[in-house]
Amino acid sequence: MSAVADTAPQGAAEERSARAPWALTAPALMLFVGVLLIPLAMTVMLSFHDWGQYKGIEPVFILKNWREIATDLYYAEMFWRTFRIALLTTLITAVLGAPEACILNRMSGRWKSFFLLVILGPLLISVVARTLGWALLFGGNSGLLNKALISMGLISAPLPFMFTETGMVVALAHVLMPYMVLAVWAALQRLDPQVENAAVALGAGPVTVLRRIVLPQVMPGILSGAIIVFALAASAFATPAIIGGRRLKVASTLAYDEFLNTLNWPLGAAVAVLLLLVLVLIVVGASRLVERRYAQVFG
Amino acid sequence: MSRNGPLALCYHALFVTFMLAPILVVCFVAFTPEGYLSFPTDRWSLRWFYAIGRYPEFISAFWRSLWLGALSSAIAVAFSVPAALAIARYRFRGREAMTALFMSPLMIPHVVLGIAFLRFFTELGLGGTFMGLVLAHIVIVLPFALRLTLASAVGLDRSIEHAAISLGASEGTVLRRITLPLVLPGLVSGWALAFINSFDEVTMTVFIAAPGTETLPVRMFLYIQDNIDPLVTSVSACVIAVTVAALIVLDRAYGLERLLVGRSADGR
Repeated sequence: MSAVADTAPQGAAEERSARAPWALTAPALMLFVGVLLIPLAMTVMLSFHDWGQYKGIEPVFILKNWREIATDLYYAEMFWRTFRIALLTTLITAVLGAPEACILNRMSGRWKSFFLLVILGPLLISVVARTLGWALLFGGNSGLLNKALISMGLISAPLPFMFTETGMVVALAHVLMPYMVLAVWAALQRLDPQVENAAVALGAGPVTVLRRIVLPQVMPGILSGAIIVFALAASAFATPAIIGGRRLKVASTLAYDEFLNTLNWPLGAAVAVLLLLVLVLIVVGASRLVERRYAQVFG
Repeated sequence: MSRNGPLALCYHALFVTFMLAPILVVCFVAFTPEGYLSFPTDRWSLRWFYAIGRYPEFISAFWRSLWLGALSSAIAVAFSVPAALAIARYRFRGREAMTALFMSPLMIPHVVLGIAFLRFFTELGLGGTFMGLVLAHIVIVLPFALRLTLASAVGLDRSIEHAAISLGASEGTVLRRITLPLVLPGLVSGWALAFINSFDEVTMTVFIAAPGTETLPVRMFLYIQDNIDPLVTSVSACVIAVTVAALIVLDRAYGLERLLVGRSADGR
């Protein structure tokens, strides 16, 4: 190992420290090239292959699958649904999660760590178990959630949650909420609470403090949380599959269907590659924008 | 800093209810004495927990998940430690790109990874094997292991190593007696976080697991796709109980806050 490179004679030391990082990262690098980059490249290639009910996959280079996705409105509608759900989920987590992070931040020591555990803990609990909980709460038209909402007088007739986009958004917002709280909370840790006190001392009302002091400082946290939540919501699989059932498809459940039910692997690969491309573009673009806008905060 | 007002506390109570409701509902329904989904009203029963014993596929899936998580996380940590030392100590060409590559499984949708692994392993003849699952899980949990080992490798005080060398310690001794013990906390917590993520992974695994090699979340997911009955709630309740126990241990030992915030904030 090269932890002691600097005790060797000068020339040898330079040569070793040039080679050392490569030697140290070589195992992980080989693993990632072999078991990540090659499979991903194969998937991109797969999306250009032909497929037929009886002939199976034919390793040729054609644009059939991509043309089908581009022309068949079914795919446009499905991708639009995927991103609509992701956007709504992101909005809900931001609107509900950011205030909660602020409340958490104002709590005193013991309560703060307790509730942080309660709110962030679900992140580590199986997504399948959490979605099952929502399926039980939604439970058709007579589910517990509807009973509760009716008894509170918020609605008069039961709302359909199961097998609907509403249900998917509610369940996804719950599943991904910890990421938003975490991001905003991390941003709050970098703030100086004295700025708030200074504003109050200078005569600012609570609304002004919130609008002019707290919100601008928390915004980078909300935005970086939003990027994470959006990316995870758009590519979520288990939650849309359980809540949406067999009919209401999003990109990831459609790709799953093509792979394991229809067995049209090339088409499924094309859907997945498109999802990956769109997500990478959105995430990288949004991160650039956020970092440029808030360069002084991050710097 | 001002205290939370009554309105804020009301909001907080509602928020906590929202976060806990689905989890608690699963645990309550698991104790139902009835043969269908219902809340235990007047009496509680363990019949659905005993029922798990009659479904060996859940039991074997549980053990498989446990082994898979332990093994793939251990291997991921073994890969991460040298990589973390290299990234923390050397400025070399391609360092940024390499770090981005190692972190990329966090960015790539798991559906895409599932498809890529399914195609790759089928071509290699590893389709549906435990070996394939281990390889795939090493790749997806390595970012978690690397982040925490990297965090402790960056904070490592190198003068201790230099002191050991000047006192005549060999390279192997420095590594074994100085470097590894110093990165051990990051290594252990990295393993734990990697384990939890492997144990919970369903989206990617559902593509590459065959009937004989299903993990517990995959088994639960496929079961729910067919029908939802009290049996799957009792299995879920067990999974939740195990996770909560692990969570409390992890929180006491390392601090959940540090574990999770370290994971989200060091990306840049």
